[in-house]
Amino acid sequence: MSDTLTGTTTEVPDYPMDRDARCPFAPPPQVLGMGTAKPLSRVRIWDGSTPWLITGHEVARELFADARVSVDDRREGFPHWNEHMLSTVHKRPRSVFTSDAEEHTRFRRMLSKPFTFKRVEGLRSAIQEVTDECIDAILAGPQPADMVSKLALPVPTRVISEMLGVPYEDHEFFQHHANVGLARYATAEDGQKGAMGLAQYLINLVETKRENPAEDAVSDLAERVNAGEITVKEAAQLGTGLLIAGHETTANMIGIGVLALLENPEQAALLRDSDNPKFIANAVEELMRYLSIIQNGQRRVAIEDIEIGGETIRAGEGIIIDLAPANWDATAYPQPDKLDLNRDAGQQLGFGYGRHQCVGQQLARAELQIVFHTLLRRIPTLRLAVPFDEVPFKHDRLAYGVYELPVTW
Amino acid sequence: MKVTVDQAKCVSSGQCVLNAGEVFDQRDDDGVVILLTDNPPPAQAANARKAAAACPALAIDIEE
Repeated sequence: MSDTLTGTTTEVPDYPMDRDARCPFAPPPQVLGMGTAKPLSRVRIWDGSTPWLITGHEVARELFADARVSVDDRREGFPHWNEHMLSTVHKRPRSVFTSDAEEHTRFRRMLSKPFTFKRVEGLRSAIQEVTDECIDAILAGPQPADMVSKLALPVPTRVISEMLGVPYEDHEFFQHHANVGLARYATAEDGQKGAMGLAQYLINLVETKRENPAEDAVSDLAERVNAGEITVKEAAQLGTGLLIAGHETTANMIGIGVLALLENPEQAALLRDSDNPKFIANAVEELMRYLSIIQNGQRRVAIEDIEIGGETIRAGEGIIIDLAPANWDATAYPQPDKLDLNRDAGQQLGFGYGRHQCVGQQLARAELQIVFHTLLRRIPTLRLAVPFDEVPFKHDRLAYGVYELPVTW
Repeated sequence: MKVTVDQAKCVSSGQCVLNAGEVFDQRDDDGVVILLTDNPPPAQAANARKAAAACPALAIDIEE
């Protein structure tokens, strides 16, 4: 779009856009096309407003790290995901996801203890054990086996549940409630039901841990409540965020990541045959770059005028940073549509960037490194049990992935 | 090379320790950056630069 057309509202494309069903790993072709033309352009969202869509890698990184860009969804002009998020904006307690500056730092530091690099390194043997148990069960069970329900979901769920101090017996309850609220166009009612179920569960758990603390993340939050630093509701909200972010995203990345490896057997062989932790680590970064899981964009609003990429984002205008096209920006990653485990993917934006970058990223990295490598080693003949075009993709979820992945060996 | 860190900006991502564990550590309680050496030897300089580039909070400053 040229500048002369920016005033013509009919030229503004609707967002989010659909992927091409024939290229399910690729971002929507229309988004890629916009990204080739300019690093940022206007789009129209569900409520008729026209925020900026960021598709360029460098502009995305700069705006993620810019203090003039806010995540406070109560501000005028904030581009909400859907009606549910708008309708609950004043009911939801502030959290690490919706606060800026010092308030955000305060929340974030309460959550960071279990996710430091060294703590996560210390969890590797436990993650390995959980992974091996799941693969043992797969090998002992019938074929075809569904990688999503047998591996992708149980590994991160068990790890995050133990870390938080949530009993594993409750994991079905969590998956159900987490999924209801995250659907692409969740109605206000759907979202509320899921969120309330989880919130009430977490409130009860925080109360339990206030009386009987243990060595886990919810007990850490309960201690902050006892110290008068946060309310029970805030603690429950922070715990809910960790739980949802801790299982659903990683599970999706495992499911679709296994599929991407099966479709790129020469790349899978490189990973299977490598004993080099640096290569394995970079392979996971490249898989994250290639797949970007979080679709529909990170939502922000400008609090001052920002000159960037040849445009001016005015104070009060919405900003949507779309990770997938930024990770497929050919100026940052030549031939972005190629999964190339040898390329340096260190600056990939799958975890976001800036002060809101994923709290659990080191845990996710450890899980993904262990799961992909172990699976390829232990089941080297792994192959898809259905035609590729019959794999059901999560086009309608905020986190992209596959609903199921039947494999055989 | 002179390395400085801004603990007030730090968001505990762990990117510094991932990239340069000899130069940076994290506080056990909240993951905030700890600078182990402000003048890393040449062998660690490249990793320190990588850590500064990866830091999502722009909390690491390097003077060459």
